[in-house]
Amino acid sequence: MQDLSSYPLELTGPDVPMVRFMNVRKTYGDFVVLDDLNLDVAAGEMVTVIGPSGSGKTTVLRMLMTLETINGGVIYVDGKPLTHMPKNGVLVPADAKYLRKARSSIGMCFQHFNLFPHMTALENCMEGPVQVLGLSKKEARERAEELLSMVGMIEKKDQHPARLSGGQQQRVAIARALAMRPKVMLFDEVTSALDPEVIGEVTNVIKDLVTKHNLTMLMVTHQMGFARDISDRICFFFGGKIEEQNTPEELFTNPQKERTQQFLSAVKAAD
Amino acid sequence: MQWDWQFTVEILPRMLWATVNTLMAAGIGYAIAAVLGLIFAMAQRTRFRSLTVTVREVVEFLRSTPLVLQIFFVYYVGPEYGVSLSPWVAGMIAIGLHYAAYLSEVYRGGIESVSKGQWEACTAINLSPAQAYRRIILPQALPPSVAGMGNYLISIFKDTPMLSVIGVAELMQAANAIGGQNYRYLEPYTIVGLVFLIISLFSAALIRSFENWIRRKLGMY
Ligand SMILES: Nc1ncnc2c1ncn2[C@@H]1O[C@H](COP(=O)(O)OP(=O)(O)OP(=O)(O)O)[C@@H](O)[C@H]1O
Ligand SMILES: [Mg+2]
Repeated sequence: MQDLSSYPLELTGPDVPMVRFMNVRKTYGDFVVLDDLNLDVAAGEMVTVIGPSGSGKTTVLRMLMTLETINGGVIYVDGKPLTHMPKNGVLVPADAKYLRKARSSIGMCFQHFNLFPHMTALENCMEGPVQVLGLSKKEARERAEELLSMVGMIEKKDQHPARLSGGQQQRVAIARALAMRPKVMLFDEVTSALDPEVIGEVTNVIKDLVTKHNLTMLMVTHQMGFARDISDRICFFFGGKIEEQNTPEELFTNPQKERTQQFLSAVKAAD
Repeated sequence: MQWDWQFTVEILPRMLWATVNTLMAAGIGYAIAAVLGLIFAMAQRTRFRSLTVTVREVVEFLRSTPLVLQIFFVYYVGPEYGVSLSPWVAGMIAIGLHYAAYLSEVYRGGIESVSKGQWEACTAINLSPAQAYRRIILPQALPPSVAGMGNYLISIFKDTPMLSVIGVAELMQAANAIGGQNYRYLEPYTIVGLVFLIISLFSAALIRSFENWIRRKLGMY
């Protein structure tokens, strides 16, 4: 068991970040995926994670969604521990009940959408609000319809996912996540499974979110142009560590580390 | 020996009554198996390793020993331990347990066919595990399970004659009794065969259309 006594039970002070990874370590058996990760995301900030395949980008998001347990360190969300809970004045690994409450401020969209195939677009967006938040059917429907309008999917609200294109499914998935009113949204390569001609309809929705809503966002993407347009900060991951991070302008035009330069020129060559 | 129509008509009411009993035995047995099978399947998916292993062993045991032995066991060995059951109750327990083992495997296959991404989406919208099962996973596990569930419905129906060994008044038992009393077996056994054939074919067709219906209903094409 790691010694957690040095970790605060709660983050306090004037600028508590919305998300804080503090010395986070993730391993699969002997294989170290992330080693001593420290990363803060401020409230309302849009941070994009880039890096080569296998560098641990998806793992960062999955840990935050509590889809993976961590092997060291603590993750805080909105000042409160996410992966751990206070007990007798120290942090201990969170139990299922605590996790369920703690993850309620986080939403996630996946590469392969993962819509519920037996439910219509509307039902997909109502499920969480009705079952988890306890909204009435009527309230949940209003909220879902509003969000489906926002992502341009209101005309298709009664269709099942099998009848929707990839871009349409991903937009419904975004609406489904937003219906839970998360404070933090996670996007893991949400355009990677899409045909090139429909990528724009999904990126436009995300751009809209960035400009019109005060969400904190953490995104993984291989689309450098898109990342550059909308991010406040870019983190370049390499081998389970943040190799370099900076504003998009700085990182893309003036990368400091050799590995960043190599990665960016390789990506440019591929485009 | 010639087919005797008058005898046929005479025994028809008794055979009909036995058919009702057969259908009831199959129905009750299947209902027990369907519920217990789900419990067996879910028990193998919990975090508790010893529970998983125990249930696995029980399922394996039930599947690897003959149904007729299990029927005898419940009916004749039970009383030696002070558990005396009527033929009906003993028969339903035995057949329900036996088919629960098979159905649990069908359910397990269905549940495992639901992608990991569905579970992750459930976590992402913060459904509880029970809600995830009830609302998301089991409905999707149903369509791929229907064919297997239907096969076992027909199997259980065809296995009900085994209940005659402990004296449950189903079709086989009635046919044997009628045959023994009248020294005529052709008509009663032929009727048994026809009843089984007709009901099996009818059920198979019904199951197929149910499978299509459920897929359409759940929007999975
Ligand atoms: N369940 C697992 N078991 C073992 N190793 C895993 C598991 N999940 C991920 N890994 C490993 O962890 C490393 C980081 O994986 P991750 O999915 O975070 O990479 P990524 O940066 O998202 O890559 P990509 O760009 O290909 O999506 C990889 O080397 C991967 O093989
Ligand atoms: Mg990835």
